[in-house]
Amino acid sequence: MEFGIVELSRLQFAMTAMYHFLFVPLTLGLSIVVAIMETVYVMTNRPIWRQMTKFWGTLFGINFVLGVATGITMEFQFGMNWSYYSHYVGDIFGAPLAIEGLMAFFLEATFVGLFFFGWDKLSKVAHLTVAWLVAIGSNFSALWILIANGWMQNPVGAQFNPMTMRMEMTDFYEVLFNEVAQAKFVHTVSAGYVTASVFVLGVSAWYLLRGRHIELARRSITVAAAFGLASAFSVVLLGDESGYSATHSQKMKLAAIEGMWETEPAPASFTAFGFPDQEARTTHYAIHIPYVMGLIGTRSLTTSIPGIEELENQAETRIKSGLIAYDALMHIREARDNADPSETARFEAHSADLGFAFLLRKYVDDPRQATPEQIVQAANDTIPTVWPLFWAFRIMVALGFGFIATMLYFFYRASFKGMNFPRPALHLAVWMIPAPWIAAELGWFVAEFGRQPWTVDGVLPTAMSVSALSMTEVALTLAGFVIFYTVLFIIEMGLMLKYIRKGPFQDVEETDAWVIRHTERLAGRRNADAIAMPAE
Amino acid sequence: MILHTLIDYDILRVIWWGLLGVLLIGFALTDGFDMGVGALLPFVAKTDVERRVAINTVGPVWEGNQVWFILGGGAIFAAWPPLYAVSFSGFYLAMFVILAAFIVRPVAFKYRSKRDDTRWRTSWDWALFASGAIPALLFGVAVGNVIQGVPFHFTDDLHTIYEGAWYTKFIGLLDPFSLLAGVVSLSMLVMHGGAWLTLKAEGEVQDRARRFGSIAALVAVAAYVLAGVWMAVGIEGYRIVGDYLTAGPSNPLHFEVEKTASWFTAYSDRPWIAIAPIMGIAGGLLTFLGLRAGREVSTLLVSKMAILGVISSVGLTMFPFIMPSSSDPQSSLTVWNSSSSHMTLFIMLVVTVIFMPMILAYTAWVYKVLWGKVTEADVTDNSHSVY
Repeated sequence: MEFGIVELSRLQFAMTAMYHFLFVPLTLGLSIVVAIMETVYVMTNRPIWRQMTKFWGTLFGINFVLGVATGITMEFQFGMNWSYYSHYVGDIFGAPLAIEGLMAFFLEATFVGLFFFGWDKLSKVAHLTVAWLVAIGSNFSALWILIANGWMQNPVGAQFNPMTMRMEMTDFYEVLFNEVAQAKFVHTVSAGYVTASVFVLGVSAWYLLRGRHIELARRSITVAAAFGLASAFSVVLLGDESGYSATHSQKMKLAAIEGMWETEPAPASFTAFGFPDQEARTTHYAIHIPYVMGLIGTRSLTTSIPGIEELENQAETRIKSGLIAYDALMHIREARDNADPSETARFEAHSADLGFAFLLRKYVDDPRQATPEQIVQAANDTIPTVWPLFWAFRIMVALGFGFIATMLYFFYRASFKGMNFPRPALHLAVWMIPAPWIAAELGWFVAEFGRQPWTVDGVLPTAMSVSALSMTEVALTLAGFVIFYTVLFIIEMGLMLKYIRKGPFQDVEETDAWVIRHTERLAGRRNADAIAMPAE
Repeated sequence: MILHTLIDYDILRVIWWGLLGVLLIGFALTDGFDMGVGALLPFVAKTDVERRVAINTVGPVWEGNQVWFILGGGAIFAAWPPLYAVSFSGFYLAMFVILAAFIVRPVAFKYRSKRDDTRWRTSWDWALFASGAIPALLFGVAVGNVIQGVPFHFTDDLHTIYEGAWYTKFIGLLDPFSLLAGVVSLSMLVMHGGAWLTLKAEGEVQDRARRFGSIAALVAVAAYVLAGVWMAVGIEGYRIVGDYLTAGPSNPLHFEVEKTASWFTAYSDRPWIAIAPIMGIAGGLLTFLGLRAGREVSTLLVSKMAILGVISSVGLTMFPFIMPSSSDPQSSLTVWNSSSSHMTLFIMLVVTVIFMPMILAYTAWVYKVLWGKVTEADVTDNSHSVY
């Protein structure tokens, strides 16, 4: 593979997106964990829960800020590096991004300041409401982003308009309730909840091992294990739902994840282990588990799942059909307002395959001039590189089951063994902290790398989506991002570790005298010394 | 679904052109004072406690303010996809610098006071200064370039091609007129930051904010007037020629555009738009007087009026152009040829009408809760929980 502007732009996008997703899952989950803790505080009035809320809230804040900062890059990068993509699908893809800002991001960002600065300016219930608004805002953000991403995987509710040379929305409802988007949303936020649970569990386990902050750590483990158990089940089940929906919409991705070169008779078996060989088009040393794939993919024993080679043949047919659409499109565009109705009919009959004709752009400027060999080559291009997908998927799934087992164990010890945790289990919990991040990044890798060679599946090839930039420009910004993000990462980790080592601040008992002063301060807010709190 | 035909396509386009202005102005009014405070930080606050006071005047609100920037990006993507595609890829390296500033700024706010180390804190103070001043300058530079037209053209299938090598693309942005426009935006936001600090701080910090803010107000007015004179005599304008559809498909290549002697013909066609530059100049002068007189709330209001006037004067003068092309005028982006589809504009309008009032309401509530001065005692008494 030659390394050009497309590859460089992809590298930058992959790097900035995966970096962004180092912070997002913890934000999604920890916002809810913190809100749960504060709810317990408001209900029981016990200061330890307030202390927990503040401690985990501080770590949430350190992480949140980098999630926000790196998200800015994501919002603008489509226009900077993928300008043809932005033009071609902005009519559909832009809407959920803008709605995310209006409905979700404004909410979380406006209230997060009050969460940190409002402890003494708000009543308990008002502050609790603020905490939940931050959590709801963060999670709604994920909803809209995944609706946008779901559309790239399964572009429903849109149609190509020859007059504007782009895809335009025909049905907003379909875009919104896209089955891929909905499954991905629950899968992704659940992954965030698991991440936060493992994080809280691991840090608390570390305190217990050190014999520090025992009251805080044990309660935190109880919350994390209960929340984590439910989320770990959810993340695996909804991952399964994603697999099921991929059977309709992204057959090639599914076949590649499976390393399934030939169509198998129903019910297909699941390849638990093996070494996919792209050139020989086979998977060596494969260990098959009968029936499982058919059940996951089709939920039946009689429907077959197409293999890679069958899908490649289908792609070739679709390229030829796309060429008819392309030819008709050229005629319509030349005629502008007076297009021949027969050309329009010809275009509409084949417009669903227009994107496949664009795959030839890599080889010829005018796809209609492509040779039969180039068509075969373009059909071959629709097969993603199999082995990274195959392995990334399996590691992710194994980790997912690992989370269920860990959470189940800690939930059992917390509920039935009087919060008495053996030291080896605590050590395991500490070592487990990075695991959910690995699983989440691998998950995104499978979703995005598995969609190649498309940015929008079957509609727009990646190679065509890129901006007309020079290699120098993209290389400069890529180098800039790498240096910049590395420095920020080191600073963030340093602060995170510092605040974990330091542990919770000594909180003041909420005596009767404190409550009276607090109420007075709230009543005369304007004149009172604004942020003065009992020493933290 | 035919609900969207309730509002005509061309009317929706004009509404979204207006909303684009609302977003830019919303961004400048809120995030503008954050940038202004950042740019003023080394000048108004000398000691660590003073700096913390200045930082904490915006501490609880910068996050929400910054969303105006992100929403601006998202809304341009949704409502004006060709503008999103052309401008951000065209201003590529300048955009990177702005992004870098907007990434480092949140981190600087959040992390600065988390360590008790002078070098650590001084470094973040410089980061806050640079990430306030540089984007404030570059936003104006970008507007200056848009006013003069940007060298790009579309291919037949609407790929955007930029003229010139990458370094001329970047350095070429910094021509004298655009730099003057940059001075307008920088000084305007510094003025706004000064007005904000006057309201929220007291003592030395407030005194210095008044002094520097009032200087910035004078510079802003002078630079704005100078840029206006320059535009009247030395900058070419653009106009659409021949018949065209205001509710036709969004394809710039369907339009004929030519250059004209000046943008200012708009003022003879639509004299009422003169209200915008008048508001800009009057607002700037009143802010100067307000800062000198020690008025707090009303100074912030007139500073907002100045920003409203200056930004809307650019949009109103250029209407219907959004981003003209200097090398191939036919490729110019206008209100009539670079919007989303009729349906998308309608859906986005419905969503905006529902959520924008809610956003304004809860933002107002948050500002109300946080009402009042930030004092040195606030910072020293709550050393761990404030910035």
